[in-house]
Amino acid sequence: MSVTREQVLTEALALVSDAKDLNELDQVRVRYLGKKGEFTQQMKALGKLDPEQRPIVGQAINHSKEQFQTALESRKSALQSEQLAQRLNQEKIDVSLPGRSQSGGGIHPVTITLRRITEIFKGVGFEVVEGPEIEDDYHNFEALNIPAHHPARAMHDTFYFDPHTVLRTHTSPVQVRVMEKGTPPLKVIAPGRVYRCDSDITHTPMFHQVEGFVVDTDVSFADLKGVVFEFLRAFFEKDIQVRFRPSYFPFTEPSAEVDIECVMCDGVGCRVCSHTGWLEVMGCGMIHPAVFKSVDIDSDQFTGLAFGMGVERLAMLRYGINDLRLFFENDLKFLEQFN
Amino acid sequence: MRFSEAWLREQVNPDLTTEALVEQLTMAGLEVDSVTPAAADFSGVVVGKVVALEQHSNADKLKVCSVDVGGDEPLQIVCGANNVSIGMHVPTALVGAVLPGGFKIKKSKLRGELSFGMLCSEQELGIADSAEGLMALPDEAPVGVDVREYLSLDDTLIELDLTPNRADCLSIDGVSREVALLNKMPWQPTEPSVVAVEHQQTRDITVVEPSLCPRYLGRLIKGVKVNADTPLWMQERLRRSGHRSLGPLVDITNYILLELGQPLHAFDAGKLSGQIAVRYAKKDETIVLLNDQSLTLSDDILVIADDRGPVALAGVMGGKDSAVGDETVDIFLECAFFTPEMMMGKARDLGLHTDSSHRFERGVDPFIQRRAIERASQMIIDIAGGSAGPIVELTDETYLPKRLPVLLREERIAKVLGVAMPAEEVEDIFQRLGMAIERQDNGWAITPPGFRFDIVIEADLIEELGRVYGYNNLPQQSLLMHARLSSAPETVLGVDRIKDLLVDRGYQEAITYSFVDAKDQQKIAPEDRVIALKNPISSELSVMRTTIWCGLLNAAHRNVSRQHSRVRLFEAGLCFKVGADAGEIAQEKMLAGLVLGSQLPEQWGEASKKIDFYDVKADLEAIFALNGIEPDFVAQEHPALHPGQTAAIKTKTGALIGWLGVLHPSLEKHYGFDSSVFLFELKQEFVLNKGVPKFTSLSKFPSVRRDLALIVDENMPVSRILAEINGFEEEAIKEVIVFDIYRGEGIEANKKSIGLGFFIQNLTQTMTDTEIDGLMASVLEKLTLNLNAKLRD
Repeated sequence: MSVTREQVLTEALALVSDAKDLNELDQVRVRYLGKKGEFTQQMKALGKLDPEQRPIVGQAINHSKEQFQTALESRKSALQSEQLAQRLNQEKIDVSLPGRSQSGGGIHPVTITLRRITEIFKGVGFEVVEGPEIEDDYHNFEALNIPAHHPARAMHDTFYFDPHTVLRTHTSPVQVRVMEKGTPPLKVIAPGRVYRCDSDITHTPMFHQVEGFVVDTDVSFADLKGVVFEFLRAFFEKDIQVRFRPSYFPFTEPSAEVDIECVMCDGVGCRVCSHTGWLEVMGCGMIHPAVFKSVDIDSDQFTGLAFGMGVERLAMLRYGINDLRLFFENDLKFLEQFN
Repeated sequence: MRFSEAWLREQVNPDLTTEALVEQLTMAGLEVDSVTPAAADFSGVVVGKVVALEQHSNADKLKVCSVDVGGDEPLQIVCGANNVSIGMHVPTALVGAVLPGGFKIKKSKLRGELSFGMLCSEQELGIADSAEGLMALPDEAPVGVDVREYLSLDDTLIELDLTPNRADCLSIDGVSREVALLNKMPWQPTEPSVVAVEHQQTRDITVVEPSLCPRYLGRLIKGVKVNADTPLWMQERLRRSGHRSLGPLVDITNYILLELGQPLHAFDAGKLSGQIAVRYAKKDETIVLLNDQSLTLSDDILVIADDRGPVALAGVMGGKDSAVGDETVDIFLECAFFTPEMMMGKARDLGLHTDSSHRFERGVDPFIQRRAIERASQMIIDIAGGSAGPIVELTDETYLPKRLPVLLREERIAKVLGVAMPAEEVEDIFQRLGMAIERQDNGWAITPPGFRFDIVIEADLIEELGRVYGYNNLPQQSLLMHARLSSAPETVLGVDRIKDLLVDRGYQEAITYSFVDAKDQQKIAPEDRVIALKNPISSELSVMRTTIWCGLLNAAHRNVSRQHSRVRLFEAGLCFKVGADAGEIAQEKMLAGLVLGSQLPEQWGEASKKIDFYDVKADLEAIFALNGIEPDFVAQEHPALHPGQTAAIKTKTGALIGWLGVLHPSLEKHYGFDSSVFLFELKQEFVLNKGVPKFTSLSKFPSVRRDLALIVDENMPVSRILAEINGFEEEAIKEVIVFDIYRGEGIEANKKSIGLGFFIQNLTQTMTDTEIDGLMASVLEKLTLNLNAKLRD
């Protein structure tokens, strides 16, 4: 035997530390510990030795083997962590790249506003009711105490199909339709499209209103003030000032216009509020006895409050939109601002 | 109605600043629309008198004037106005004056002549928007006096936006009455002296329609000087209310209209012939009005006529032929009460709206006519001279508006206003409102004055109480009322849920007009019977949409032309069609969408791919997944859509839910799109109905998948195969998916290969391979038999 056990061990240890990867290391393991491995051969050769020598040599071989195995394990774990580190490094990505996706869409600001309004009222038990947009003259005018030739008709630039059929000029006909069918107590909110034959910078021939009304045995102007006041503060999420001005609508009495402190200038006065500090936001009043009469509700027993508001106007104030016509141009650059 | 604050304050002068007065009016229901100064800011302008005038030696258009401004010496001022003349009194800006806009007057030299000031026009002083020449002041204007002071220009113009019920405030008298009552101040109407009757000539008058004209007063005033000057104070008040001075007679009738709210009309008596009649026009009678408008009348128009025909539209406007002119000597003054019922809608129907018709339509005080004609007569005689004859009055009491007592129950005040008012306060308010009060057991009987046309029922009285008490002083409380539990229907899906789903799938909600261009509508849905507006805003918005696609296509086109290459829009709303029955209008809720451009926004991680039919179909399937209906997509043609890429969407029972398809290439070209446009429209009725889920037991046994690759005819719709399999009613087949469509090598022409995956599971036992093989063999056999499908090798 020309090579000593020490030399074998030295060489084996050198091979272990030189192994470049786990594959090579495994070959080294097989070369020394495999069935035909050098240490295995040495152990097999023990049998040929003198019995006295056997334990001594065997111990020496085992010692070498252990040394080899320790080195092997340590090299293996070193190589493993090296390999993991390498893999992790290779798998590194640019987390700043945008995600793979469909584009985001959005709800129209008028719908957003309608949803907020209805949500506020649904919270206290108002029912949402819709009505037809092509209305008959009776529901749009007559039943609301606006007979033919009434000067108030001049305030509604009406689209006609024939003398008795119109595009509804307000959502108030829903009030009549609900009261015709239902019995008090009633607590209803009626959102929807309305139409006026008018088109300029501040008017579009179609816009949206929300009509609300409550009919019960003891509903008073104080309740009307309360409900309108609380609604406006909820809508603008701000403790704004609210004032009620006497006004006139044929279908309510007393009637009021509601002003809020200008939300653009906090009431100081600006272009939006014509330097008055106030913005007109809705009309309201106590349901007129003539309206109750047309739907067969006893106005001695029941009283009712009603209010109506322009949705685009509220949306413009809420979001600072300065041109009404943008709502119906559907320019994505406009719509996407509300997503 | 616009008026001068100073005029109002002459009638009633509360201790309030302009700002507080305006606030008070607004809060009492007389909304102030605007508050503007009577003249722009200027200073250093005095009354000057032109004492000498010479042509400028170096300029044809200039004159060198010598102007007395009350100083030791007249000033030399160079002036270019045409109307400058010797003796003229004119506003003169002195050196150092500041005119509107901060324009400073300095000593200057014009073409070699020194000028020490400027003679001014109304425009230069900011009194009028335009002017022709210098402002001529009356000869009695005192030289040297500040023009602001002389013309009382430190005044404010207040414009009221009155609601139709408050006709009583369409006059200075009315507004001052209101201001007085709000401030608890005494108020007296302008009381005229009665003019002396100096001759007995009258004109014969007959009122044929006393129900429309219950009161008519006429008077002849002879020998008036129509060229007399209207006094400056009157001109100024008229101007501040928006009336130009048009000679003393017109000015005075306009002045009374503003002061008392009573329209009057002065006819040239010399141009009238015979009897004056208040009657309906005869059919096709004609009249030329003061504004040169010629009208052919119908027989429901009330006119004032003489023997020859109509001379005025009653309460609206006088005729040109009988109008006061330069040669007028005698006038016939009319002062009448026409009922609101007569006037309502008439002026508007004729396309006329005058200060007079506006007032009569809303209600003029029916008890004011004598006072008004006397006051007008007085002013005419004072200003234009002349002698008055007796007043001829024709009144039919039966048709005069009645002011009946209205009952106010005390308990109703609290019920409606939410606050019980002390009786004294109630009575005080009605007294201040000029109403007659009679205390009764449970309340009051209250009679409104003649000028209040709007107090007819109890609610009117309660409104007045609230208004004068102040809406903002009334209590406010949180709504308390009977409450019913609301229902939570599970069979109805809110449209908001579907909108949100589309938003999550990258759609933007649009809102387009419900009326569209008739031509577009015709192109997109030629078979629909449209409903047209009688009075559209424009031809682009003239018929009601029968499909939302019209609006969405325009919106998409607008966006494409604004460089958006990807558009995904949807809209929910009503569509309108002529219904099945005569005269019936169908208003149906629809949901429509439009998609164009790439499937995904351009991004690094996905190759760019054009949107196709199946992308959009997936969006619809997602909607249908919400309510669990599984509609059929049936190839069918639609006039607006590509014949090969259109599906009618139907329920299992064959009812049409809507359409999905690609815009027809010819329409694509018509709109100018440069890529395919996908459209869908669904009836909300079908999309929003939803079943309540019903539980079925879960199988504990394993599910097995088996695949079949079938070769079928190219034209065989997959839905046909799936429906066939479904028809086998094999309970163990839980689901079938299409995992592959293949055409090309290995498949003969006009055929396609369809890869189907079957998920098989039994509720009660694990199925053996033999059972499963048997099932699949049976499926294949039937498909081969029924659809001529072959197993792909």
